[in-house]
Amino acid sequence: MNSVPPASPETRPALILGARSDMGRAVAHLLAAQGRSILLAGRDPAALERDAADIAARHRVEARALAWDAADLAGHAAWLDALPETPGVVLSAVGLLGDQEETQDDPARIARIVTANFTGPAVMLEAAAARLAALPGPTAVIGIGSVAGDRGRARNYWYGAAKAGFATMLSGLRQRYAATDLLVMTVKPGFVATAMTAGMDLPAPLTLTAEAQAKLIVDALGKRRPKVMHWKWRALMAVIRNLPEAVFVKTKF
Amino acid sequence: MSADGPVPGASTAAQRAGFPPDLGPAPPLRGDLPAPAPLSGWGRFPVLRGHLRVPEGEAEAAAILRAQGAGLAPRGLGRAYGDAALPPAAGPALALSTLRLNRFVAVDEAAPRIVAEAGVTLADMETALLPRGLFPPVVPGTRFVTLGGMIAADVHGKNHHAPGGGSLSAHLDWVEVMGGDGAVRRLAPGDPGFAATCGGMGLTGLILRASLRLRRVETGWLRQEVIPAPGLAAAMAAIEDAAGWTHTSAWIDCLASGDALGRALVYRAEDAGLAELGPAEAVDRWALKPAAKRLGPPPDLIPGFALNALTVRAFNALYWRSGLRAAERGAALTPWSACFHPLDAVLGWNRIYGRRGFVQFQCVLPPETAAAGLREMLETVSAARQGSFLAVLKALGEGAADASSLSFPRRGWTLALDFPATPRALRLVARLRALTAAHGGRLYLAKDATLGRAEHDALDPRAAAFRAAPARDPAFLTELARRLGL
Repeated sequence: MNSVPPASPETRPALILGARSDMGRAVAHLLAAQGRSILLAGRDPAALERDAADIAARHRVEARALAWDAADLAGHAAWLDALPETPGVVLSAVGLLGDQEETQDDPARIARIVTANFTGPAVMLEAAAARLAALPGPTAVIGIGSVAGDRGRARNYWYGAAKAGFATMLSGLRQRYAATDLLVMTVKPGFVATAMTAGMDLPAPLTLTAEAQAKLIVDALGKRRPKVMHWKWRALMAVIRNLPEAVFVKTKF
Repeated sequence: MSADGPVPGASTAAQRAGFPPDLGPAPPLRGDLPAPAPLSGWGRFPVLRGHLRVPEGEAEAAAILRAQGAGLAPRGLGRAYGDAALPPAAGPALALSTLRLNRFVAVDEAAPRIVAEAGVTLADMETALLPRGLFPPVVPGTRFVTLGGMIAADVHGKNHHAPGGGSLSAHLDWVEVMGGDGAVRRLAPGDPGFAATCGGMGLTGLILRASLRLRRVETGWLRQEVIPAPGLAAAMAAIEDAAGWTHTSAWIDCLASGDALGRALVYRAEDAGLAELGPAEAVDRWALKPAAKRLGPPPDLIPGFALNALTVRAFNALYWRSGLRAAERGAALTPWSACFHPLDAVLGWNRIYGRRGFVQFQCVLPPETAAAGLREMLETVSAARQGSFLAVLKALGEGAADASSLSFPRRGWTLALDFPATPRALRLVARLRALTAAHGGRLYLAKDATLGRAEHDALDPRAAAFRAAPARDPAFLTELARRLGL
């Protein structure tokens, strides 16, 4: 296995939070293919070991699985500091869709959705941004939001609201670090065929594979672009965002 | 459908309407299942409705197996041509996909070997291994197959006849199989169940993982020569002549007749060493850069009549002439992908037969009867004026010895042809099957969609032993197994 000296930020590991997600895993593979070592973090490190071995064997890089819980807000900064090496890229693919009907009348479930989609990753990326911005050379924190955050819908507004909060936080973080070499990237996927959406009837022309979505992210990282959204979704969301409220509330999507 | 399989050509209209039309009472399903969707093999014939479950990991696979218990069809990339990875429509109609059991476990560069989960694709293995100077020991004509599917069909490649060739099972250290009870068994060569699993068409359990020995290569290029052979006897002689070459196969013009019957372009190739590469190849030592933009899949609109005797004859004439020119140029450095997987250059080439789908016929004839048998087959095809887009001839080496193995390869000559799934072409395939039987040959189950049980039992006496083998796990049932009573 190649162990790389931690000199340049380009060779520092990429940390994938919520690495069990298909999108997080797909990004990990693309970054590993570029030669980066990979840290996979999630609540179930035993399950992540399988992916770490896969990444190491395919791409001949170092890959490790780490236990990390997005809900442990107070522990995030210390968790980062305990890493043997500060990563050059931190990506949050943490997300919890939940079931809207089960969620809306249950404050405990609401809190879980808000923690998983907003406060958990946001607090972690806040801590990561401070550490990565202090490194010499280009670094990046990447948050995966959702188009669901662009307009609240009856179908998933707690999920959407949390993702909207996350996107707003990333926007502020980006402005705060604008003068540094830290890239703060906001990704807003539309429909992606993943374990999260398995069994849903998604319209094929608007549905990306996790690999295609990951490629958009990694290409944007190479070009240091702050926002990632597939062009079809940019067009569609421009329409949806601008629908008059009186019209929007009557729609069924 | 009778127990002896579909009546040739009878069901294409029904298929378009969602064959079979009546699924009967709701199947006994557990858990949340996506709606039944049309499933088919690479030939898009037959099409059956079934549920596809895609477990993420071993534990989930075991849970599905324990809950379901019977009638599951293991499925990888669905590249078997017929119904080998389709669940029978009667019963739970459940296909168990390995596409999320797709992790590399380890690559041991010193041994060299790879341990990987069943859903890992050959394409993934090739691209990951080449930069280490490693390559799978046996590769079939397409790289869009899974490791599990390759084991279940005990695939062979252009090097089957050569030392270090053979079929895939000759290169396995072990294979792990999950039974219908969710228990996992590791089978090594010699263990009961290993031979039945290799070539067992997924009927001995869900293949989970395997350890595959690899071969070393210096580059991703091959030095390939083309030998034009004006007729069948010349083609067979040229292939026998090339027996000392590691990779051989021949393209046959199946519409040529008279003196030109069986005219062929014989390809022979050896791994190219680093020193053999010119400057153009040396910059891409592993031949992993896409040479040109790969053709996308043809639109799903190609009318069924587009591929007929006339167009195939015209294509074959052009191809023959391009082969003659290539032969004049002599040896050429060819990327591994073009040498081993020429058809992968056109993604979704199965669509050229239109929506009706197509069937493939692949037989192997013993050396004693091959010359006469192949001649009769080619005469039959040529006289029927039924063009085959793909027509491949190859010499095979020794096959599996175990009586409970359904592995296809045996010493002799294999001929592969494909035809549109029309009533006329299916009658032709039935005649070719009869010729196979008459000449003591056998058929490749991974390609088959039309054999009946009695016919198969007569062709391959090993079917009875396989049926009775303890390794045959009754929890698994595919349409192929139902059709052949395996």
